[in-house]
Amino acid sequence: MKSRVALLSLLVGVIAMSEGGLFAAEADVLQAQQNRTEVVKRAAPTVVAIFSPDGNGGGSGVLISADGYALSNFHVTSACGNFMKCGLNDGVLYDAVIVGYDPTGDVALIKLLGRNDFPFAKLGDSDAVSAGDWTYAMGNPFLLATDFQPTVTFGMVSGVHRYQYPAGTFLEYTDCIQVDTSINPGNSGGPLFNTSGELIGINGRIAVEKRGRVNVGAGYAISINQIKHFMDQLRGGHVVDHATLGATVRTGSNRTVLVDSILESSDAYRRGLREDDEIISFAGRPIGSVNQFKNILGIYPKGWSLPLVYRREGRKQEIFVELPALHRKSELMQTEGPKAPKPPGPRKPDPKKPEDPKPVEAELPKEETPEEYKKLFVKKTGYANYYFNQHEQQRVQRGLEPFVSWQGSQQSKWVVNGKTADGDNFQIKLLPQALTAQFTKRAPGLQNLEGADFIDEPPGSGGLLAALFQFKLLLSEGKSAFTEFSYRGSQPLDGHGAMVDVLETKKLSVECHWYFSVNDGSLVGFDSSLGDDVDACEVRFQQFSDFQGRHFPSRFQVRYGNNAYGDFEIQTIDVTAANESRN
Amino acid sequence: MLTTRILTLVLTCLFFNSFVSNTDCRAQSTTQTIAEISPKVVKIFGAGGGKNLYAYGTGFLVSPQGHIVTVWSHILDSDTVAIVLNDGRRYEGKVVGFEPPLDLAVLKIEAEGLPYFDLSLATGAGPGARVLGFSNAFKVATGDEPVSVIHGVIAAKTTLAARRGAFESPYTGSVYVVDAVTNNAGAAGGVLTTWDGRLLGMIGKELRNTQTNTWLNYVMPISELSETVEQIITGRFQSKKQNDEEGGVATKKKPRSYDAADFGIITIPDVVARTPAYIDRILPGSPAETAGLLPNDLILFVGNDLVQSCQMLKEELGRLESGGQLKVVVRREDKLVTVSMPVAKKVSE
Repeated sequence: MKSRVALLSLLVGVIAMSEGGLFAAEADVLQAQQNRTEVVKRAAPTVVAIFSPDGNGGGSGVLISADGYALSNFHVTSACGNFMKCGLNDGVLYDAVIVGYDPTGDVALIKLLGRNDFPFAKLGDSDAVSAGDWTYAMGNPFLLATDFQPTVTFGMVSGVHRYQYPAGTFLEYTDCIQVDTSINPGNSGGPLFNTSGELIGINGRIAVEKRGRVNVGAGYAISINQIKHFMDQLRGGHVVDHATLGATVRTGSNRTVLVDSILESSDAYRRGLREDDEIISFAGRPIGSVNQFKNILGIYPKGWSLPLVYRREGRKQEIFVELPALHRKSELMQTEGPKAPKPPGPRKPDPKKPEDPKPVEAELPKEETPEEYKKLFVKKTGYANYYFNQHEQQRVQRGLEPFVSWQGSQQSKWVVNGKTADGDNFQIKLLPQALTAQFTKRAPGLQNLEGADFIDEPPGSGGLLAALFQFKLLLSEGKSAFTEFSYRGSQPLDGHGAMVDVLETKKLSVECHWYFSVNDGSLVGFDSSLGDDVDACEVRFQQFSDFQGRHFPSRFQVRYGNNAYGDFEIQTIDVTAANESRN
Repeated sequence: MLTTRILTLVLTCLFFNSFVSNTDCRAQSTTQTIAEISPKVVKIFGAGGGKNLYAYGTGFLVSPQGHIVTVWSHILDSDTVAIVLNDGRRYEGKVVGFEPPLDLAVLKIEAEGLPYFDLSLATGAGPGARVLGFSNAFKVATGDEPVSVIHGVIAAKTTLAARRGAFESPYTGSVYVVDAVTNNAGAAGGVLTTWDGRLLGMIGKELRNTQTNTWLNYVMPISELSETVEQIITGRFQSKKQNDEEGGVATKKKPRSYDAADFGIITIPDVVARTPAYIDRILPGSPAETAGLLPNDLILFVGNDLVQSCQMLKEELGRLESGGQLKVVVRREDKLVTVSMPVAKKVSE
């Protein structure tokens, strides 16, 4: 009897122990589920439901900063206009304004207004994503969420570094992430998160076919790493453009990629690239096919310099190539304005060209944009919203504060003395009427300022005198000295250096790019070019000193094209007002 | 006695407990599985190009010498097709055999030492099993990109009820029905594997139920195909097709029946439900040429029977017995033309 009782209690004990294994889920399954709900809980507040003010369209977006910057698709915001309404999962409808957009890459940056403590998503690394990874897509498919609580779908990465051919005029998805995660109309512009809740892409296109405009297991997200390259241009209110190489490539034998034809006006040509050269790597990634090359090219903005390794007659060579714009400015301008022309529709669905999940109809109370926000939009040709360019100009110009003592000295004579690293003595005079350079070894230079064109003086410098004159203008007069003045975005200096913010100025035929360290805001150098399709005179500051209370570079390098012109070291600077007598 | 029973019960509980835990073993990571499977799946580019007639598809390697299994489809209508491997290598593929009732074709490329699926190691799975689908759906991959992978669960293992008018498919064997959209444009000929990468089946064509307008994602188990594949590769294959008219299994060997090519008639590809039986070309020196049939003639009658589609033409010719004359009525522009051809004895008889 006793033994029976003992066995019975043993049985009860075993059954109790079995609860976990027999009737409930495994511990790690529960853990995975808990992880998922936590990621969703953390990410949901950052997901934006976007509506046009008149309720005629909608899509999704995701917040990426506490002050309200949010990413979406161009094809979503272009249907909404310059101002839109954005719902978050706190149930509040916020006003938002367009900041910048990328018609080619189908990306738009907007800014939600009214708070400085928006919840925002952390940007991940889309290059670390691989096929088989799990992802969450969040957004407002079919505009289901009337309380702005985003819909979550969960699925697998089907492929990475996918190339999707252009649909319509501009849209081209390069290096994108393909997912079987359910993405539907209305999901456009919404975030794709990895399992840590980091933003790895912006959901943009889905494959549609004869089954109607719903998910069929293939969705495409623009990789966040591509967007990072364009981010500062977007923040600068630009209609951004992608790049070309100035050369076309073809597949050679044995899976090589060769230069097919090259524009002689391109920077790539000037750096030495020629027809039939074999491209080994580009932007640090090995090239094994034409699609790979297009994929890499597609993720960079125009104007960036990137490393390119090519092989000719068995010898490898690395060059840094500045990328020209993919489109003419006038082409991109067609996309300007609130109701940009979409790729003409209705199109026949084509399995090879996935469609953009178009915004779907929404019904919202018609609300005008509040008066206080209207000043946040400034129309200007070439810009999505010039207001934000001005905002970024002001930020970057703070890098000129150390030079404040030069203000007002534009009519003064600047006489700079020093020597170069190769033992040449120089005297450079920046006078109101003319610019001169005298050396003991190098050829002298003279640039007349009265009615003459800017030319390559001293010869072989790329116009160093013109460049230094631009520098004088910037320090003494600032923005008002130039006919054009804008913030261009950021890029790695010379294709391999640290990231720099770029201010662009134009005065007559001379265009300058001024480089400010993203890290500390300081001015690190500038390029000055005398026209289109010619190499610039590149000035890189290495050291600054105090010259009688005035901050000025004491050492700088000058390069022109493929050659170093000289390393300059300044010993004295004399500044005399124009009305003072000459010495 | 009771003691023993309780003991048995206790032991059973303990055993069952450990059994449950063991079923959850994860042999390898998904990334690893994908890396192993992808090189065995190929992209196929061939005939087609019109609306709903995509010119691309998927196949998978089943021998290191380059035998590729795929579905029998219009893509293979051209003499050769382009086969692009996972690493971007491009080959010319030739059809070495096909079996329409199984929707199956075997291609061959001239290569050595390729990664491949050993069909004898293929496995089976039941409803609820998690699976991966690999295919070049929508031609996302064209060169050295790997094919797309999607995940899903087997919803059912059943027989494909391919009735005319509902689901129309030449294949009527057993299938896995998957909850994911495996069967997209270009996906047919791809593979379904278990979560740890064991081969389960070949992804079928796109299949729509015309009554409910729903699409079925079905996969043909390898066990249904492997014997025929093996026979095709070893050159011992004979199609069951004509013996299979009633949808059953071939019961006795019959001489191969006639088809249009026996008379030198090549019709346009039979790609939609009722493809009209237009003549695409006439083989030189054939009875059809002698009789004066021309490309673009539309075949209306075979004997006294109305022929409304390529499929019906196939069926009518399949019933022919040797000897005598075959009367064919075609429409040529606005006229009806009647010709007759001798029904010669077949070589195989």
